[in-house]
Amino acid sequence: MPKLTIDGIEIEVEPGTSVLQACERLGIEIPRFCFHDRLSVPANCRMCLVELERSPKPIASCANPATDGMVIHTDSELTKKARKGVMEFLLINHPLDCPICDQGGECDLQDQAVAYGLDHSRYQENKRAVKEKYLGPLIKTFMTRCIHCTRCIRFANEIAGVEELGATGRGEHMEIGTYIESAITSELSGNLIDVCPVGALTSKPYAFAARPWELKRTDSIDVMDAVGSSIRIDSRGGEVMRVLPRLHEDVNEEWISDKTRFACDGLKRQRLDRPYVRKDGRLQPATWPEAFAAVADRLSGLKGEEIAAIAGDLADAEGLMALKDLMASLGSPNLDCRQDGAKIGEGPRSGYIFNTGIAGIESADAILLVGTNPRWEAPMVNARIRKRWLLGGQIGALKVGVVGPDVDLTYRKEHLGAGPRTLESIAQGKNAFADVLKAAEHPMVIVGMGALTRSDGAAVLAMARSISETYGAVKEGWNGFNVLHTAAGRVGALDLGFMPGEGGRDLPGILDGAQSGAVKLVWLYGADEFDVSQLGPDADNGAFVVYQGHHGDRAAHRADVILPGAAYTEKNATYVNTEGRVQRARMAVFPPGDAREDWRIIRAFSETIGRKLPYDSLTQVRNRLAEVNPVFGTLDRLPEEGLGDFGEAGKVGSAGFVSPVDNFYMTDPISRASITMAKCMDEIVGRASAAAE
Amino acid sequence: MLRDEDRIFTNLYGWYGADLEASRQRGIWDNTKALVALGRDEVVEQVKISGLRGRGGAGFPTGLKWSFMPKQSKDGRPSYLVINADESEPGTCKDREILRYDPHRLLEGALLSGVGMGASACYIYIRGEFYNEGSAVQVAIDEAYDAGLLGKNACGSGYDYDVYLHRGAGAYICGEETALLESLEGKKGQPRNKPPFPAMAGLYGCPTTVNNVETIAVVPEILRRGGEWFGALGRPKNCGTKLFCISGHVTQPCNVEEELGIPLKELIDRHAGGVRGGWDNLLGVIPGGSSVPVIPKDICDTVLMDFDSLRDVKTALGTAGVIVMDRSTDIVEAIVRLAHFYMHESCGQCTPCREGTGWMWRVLRRMGKGQATVEEIDTLYEVTKEIEGHTICALGDAAAWPVQGLIRHFRPELERRIQAYRREAQARAA
Amino acid sequence: MTTATSQAEVEQPASFAFTADNLKRAKEIIARYPEARQQSAVMPLLDLAQRQNGNWLPRAAMDHVAELLEMPRIRVYEVASFYTMYNKTPVAKHFVQVCRTTPCWLCGSDEITRAIKDATGAGVGETSGDFTVVEVECLGACVNAPMVQVNDDYYEDLDYDRTVALMDALKNGERPAIGSQTGRRGSEAASGPTTMLKARPRPETDGGTKKDKG
Repeated sequence: MPKLTIDGIEIEVEPGTSVLQACERLGIEIPRFCFHDRLSVPANCRMCLVELERSPKPIASCANPATDGMVIHTDSELTKKARKGVMEFLLINHPLDCPICDQGGECDLQDQAVAYGLDHSRYQENKRAVKEKYLGPLIKTFMTRCIHCTRCIRFANEIAGVEELGATGRGEHMEIGTYIESAITSELSGNLIDVCPVGALTSKPYAFAARPWELKRTDSIDVMDAVGSSIRIDSRGGEVMRVLPRLHEDVNEEWISDKTRFACDGLKRQRLDRPYVRKDGRLQPATWPEAFAAVADRLSGLKGEEIAAIAGDLADAEGLMALKDLMASLGSPNLDCRQDGAKIGEGPRSGYIFNTGIAGIESADAILLVGTNPRWEAPMVNARIRKRWLLGGQIGALKVGVVGPDVDLTYRKEHLGAGPRTLESIAQGKNAFADVLKAAEHPMVIVGMGALTRSDGAAVLAMARSISETYGAVKEGWNGFNVLHTAAGRVGALDLGFMPGEGGRDLPGILDGAQSGAVKLVWLYGADEFDVSQLGPDADNGAFVVYQGHHGDRAAHRADVILPGAAYTEKNATYVNTEGRVQRARMAVFPPGDAREDWRIIRAFSETIGRKLPYDSLTQVRNRLAEVNPVFGTLDRLPEEGLGDFGEAGKVGSAGFVSPVDNFYMTDPISRASITMAKCMDEIVGRASAAAE
Repeated sequence: MLRDEDRIFTNLYGWYGADLEASRQRGIWDNTKALVALGRDEVVEQVKISGLRGRGGAGFPTGLKWSFMPKQSKDGRPSYLVINADESEPGTCKDREILRYDPHRLLEGALLSGVGMGASACYIYIRGEFYNEGSAVQVAIDEAYDAGLLGKNACGSGYDYDVYLHRGAGAYICGEETALLESLEGKKGQPRNKPPFPAMAGLYGCPTTVNNVETIAVVPEILRRGGEWFGALGRPKNCGTKLFCISGHVTQPCNVEEELGIPLKELIDRHAGGVRGGWDNLLGVIPGGSSVPVIPKDICDTVLMDFDSLRDVKTALGTAGVIVMDRSTDIVEAIVRLAHFYMHESCGQCTPCREGTGWMWRVLRRMGKGQATVEEIDTLYEVTKEIEGHTICALGDAAAWPVQGLIRHFRPELERRIQAYRREAQARAA
Repeated sequence: MTTATSQAEVEQPASFAFTADNLKRAKEIIARYPEARQQSAVMPLLDLAQRQNGNWLPRAAMDHVAELLEMPRIRVYEVASFYTMYNKTPVAKHFVQVCRTTPCWLCGSDEITRAIKDATGAGVGETSGDFTVVEVECLGACVNAPMVQVNDDYYEDLDYDRTVALMDALKNGERPAIGSQTGRRGSEAASGPTTMLKARPRPETDGGTKKDKG
């Protein structure tokens, strides 16, 4: 291991460590702009120059590996002069418009100019002005501020996998952009804003909305997909101003998808901020007691089996727990959380989670994707597969086979076939990919909802399990069977058993019951992703519908009573991601108007009908969660489970798998209410489909 | 003066044909098989003995450079020779003469140098503007293949060796070896960070050596006559013959092959007809292409034209492009034009060069008209120091040095202009 | 007379494809590079496209090359915009490039620019009739300064009168002999070489003649 001396301190580092990293290990800060931990190293900004003894020139510490015997000085005159010079060059053509720049207050250039720059400008010529570029509805450009660090280009090429950004021209006329103006067609484009160290790329929806020092920061969890990315919610007053990624190496690293970042304007639109009760065929504003009374009225005299509850995709564990307990006290076995009808949840937990964890993808050497488009269903999972694929040259190639939709996933893959018949041929060893899996050291099977939300879903699940077992995806120290969910609340609901009880009805059963009159009251907890018309046209010709949720989306229009709940930014709530990782969202702002945290609504209602649930505080609800399923006693931990028996062997159909996400930008009540997402839909999805025609 | 029998470039002026037949008459491709048979180690040894230093500007010992190439391919990767024919340094036009009048000398050198470094193929990267020169090289390549001199079993030696021509498209920076490799790979010509050096990971990530045209073209003669012959020419550590390009204010600008170490004055007087208006009319000389600092007459009086002598007077031999300026020259404008050149040719990748070259040009242009302050001369000098040594490649240094040379030797002229402008301005105001 | 326009203002052809001949050439060029390294052919192919398209490179041609080489378009745009020899806007039949760098300037390149303007009506950055005139950096013929490049050919040892004569000849559809316009063979001293005086020049051989190769 190389041993070097930095500022008089000796340090031994792993071979391949850069001088910059070695300095960091000693807590010595090295200024930098182009260097980014997760991107390739161009060493073009020259800010990180340090003096190396016996070298005629200072060296770029980011690009030079630490070697034995190096003597580095990070605070010598030579180093300081080099930094000062580079800083001066960066500033001569950078506008002094910090007061009107959205990056102001969180700008690397601003901070480092203060620390390492001159206190005045010696540049007397005119500054360069660069024309703005159009990069789509999410990213605002101010290219005069660009310092050409190329982080954005490298992010697009390397992480996002869309080679659309480049540096055209040369010398001082070099410009970053797409050359032919067009929106960046990546679901990860918002990260460009974060990697840009200056105010050249900023958030378009957030433009001039707030200053960083005005914002309250709340560390939380995203619910736009089942990944549960770590996020930071920045709010001012009662308003969520923006969502940013938060580092979580095992989940989202430091990225988030554009939906996670930009759907937050949907939190301000179409909100249910007061209770409503349907009178004379129309929903009328009501007070909480009136709304509760209306529900209680309808409930009175109903037998347990005449009542049902359906949980939606954004449902948090606390609310689910309360609703499940309420249904139990009412004697109803009719519960379901699988709005999409996925044939999942029976049997062991390992049958419905992403067993390897997302970070586990980096260990895989062969991946079979079954009925999923991870790029749109879980961009962070897809980005991780791409990361692994890019590492191919260093740690061996990754082979990806796809059974299902054939879409551009940003990495090379082999499209094996569209549906279960192909899967069957793999299971029978008739498809060449079977050999790929067999030969792999860490094969992985990723089953998406597109494979399971069909009548033969249980058989497909069984087949995927059998492939995993047969081809070595499940062995000592490696469980490569993975289910990729799309709903943030789904795993938590399954963990709580929010499923039909003894003799209870599942979703199709509930809908049948509503139409036949057997089910008279249905409580929808944020359930908008099923065909609401199946509940019957109104309470007289179908079920009485209680809608508890936060958006006036699809189901609220059919509701007889609306109980306004809280969105994920407005409650302290537990979610379990597709990996089975228990995580907590935190309240950044209060729910609007009369809306309340969901478990509290149910707890309050239970009291009005004399069936008071036995918890009064969040702690007590959470104790109850852990009582029902011990996993809720853990936090942010990846479960390690072997594979059990699940799925149901049987005949499979021939229809191809279809991804549940046909429009990445609009998948839930929040993103459907977002104007920003609507613009993305028009400009990015719209353009792509126009091009395909 | 170099004796005619010691000249290597016997068709420097194109008196004879560039074709294979005429080339053979000049001794090219004469029993090359025997030279290939010397084997890799002996070829490198002879080149080391010859003391040959790279003719592209940096003057790195060629034999040593070749010895960095891996002895054996560990992973099946091929090794490449890339010949830098991207001759673009202002004041330099020597490789052009080899390319158009003596391409077979280059091709024979390409084969023998390839043997010396264990290369299996060679790419000749020629600047795009040299269209006709490139065509001459391509004709020669085709002839050589047809005659069995290149390709499989080249010259019947059992050595398989391919040579390809690759045309550039207008970018001085591609003369920098790693920018050249990027360009050859189909990218923008932006220099790479080193390490890794090309000998470890060059073209397509394979071991690669990049050599200048003239360097490669002298190799066959070195092997034929022996390294000691070449090493005896010139001065110690500055051996051999060299092509000089004498341009600017001389009565007869020309290219000429001379011994390294020839006095500058002799070079100009003997071959270029002397300075226009006589030696005393000399203002200064840029002795090694635009990248090296200008030297004033008093240094020119005595300096010798070789790597070490010119380094001792804070300039360099560079490409041996000698730009002569007489006393009528607007020396500031001469350097302004070079500053413009570097601004135009900066690849834009790294900060000091991208931003600094434009800054220098703009200040200097103003200063040439006197529209500056005396303090700004110091600022300008500091700016050159902030560029120098801080960039990914040597273009930053190359851009800084001419300006440093100007300030070092012609500061009074800058001050004079500034003061004159101020006086005029005051007079106008009064 | 028009001044140079930016790319956005230029009317771009809707499509571009190599002719059968050029496609064959393109494939030969690609074959010079190792397998899976076809990107190396991007510069020669852009050049080929430009030659096919009247000496300028429309966007459709860049896209065509990108497709042929399986490169992302932006990587081709980067290359096309980096190198000066790709004309992103149309140029006239005679594309005149005047070397402006110090060695040529010392020998009177400003006079050459003036002569061209007088003879053709086109100043630097302008097009007039069959002439588009630009100033370029060092073309590497410094001992034959001042000089210009017209399309592929160098014309050297110019002065005002010789430049006017050259432009007139081009205007008249002539193809003036390329190289020195004073009768120098190459880069020897004007009054004759100073070395190898015993050797006898053979003026009939012409190593610099244009050959349509490569």
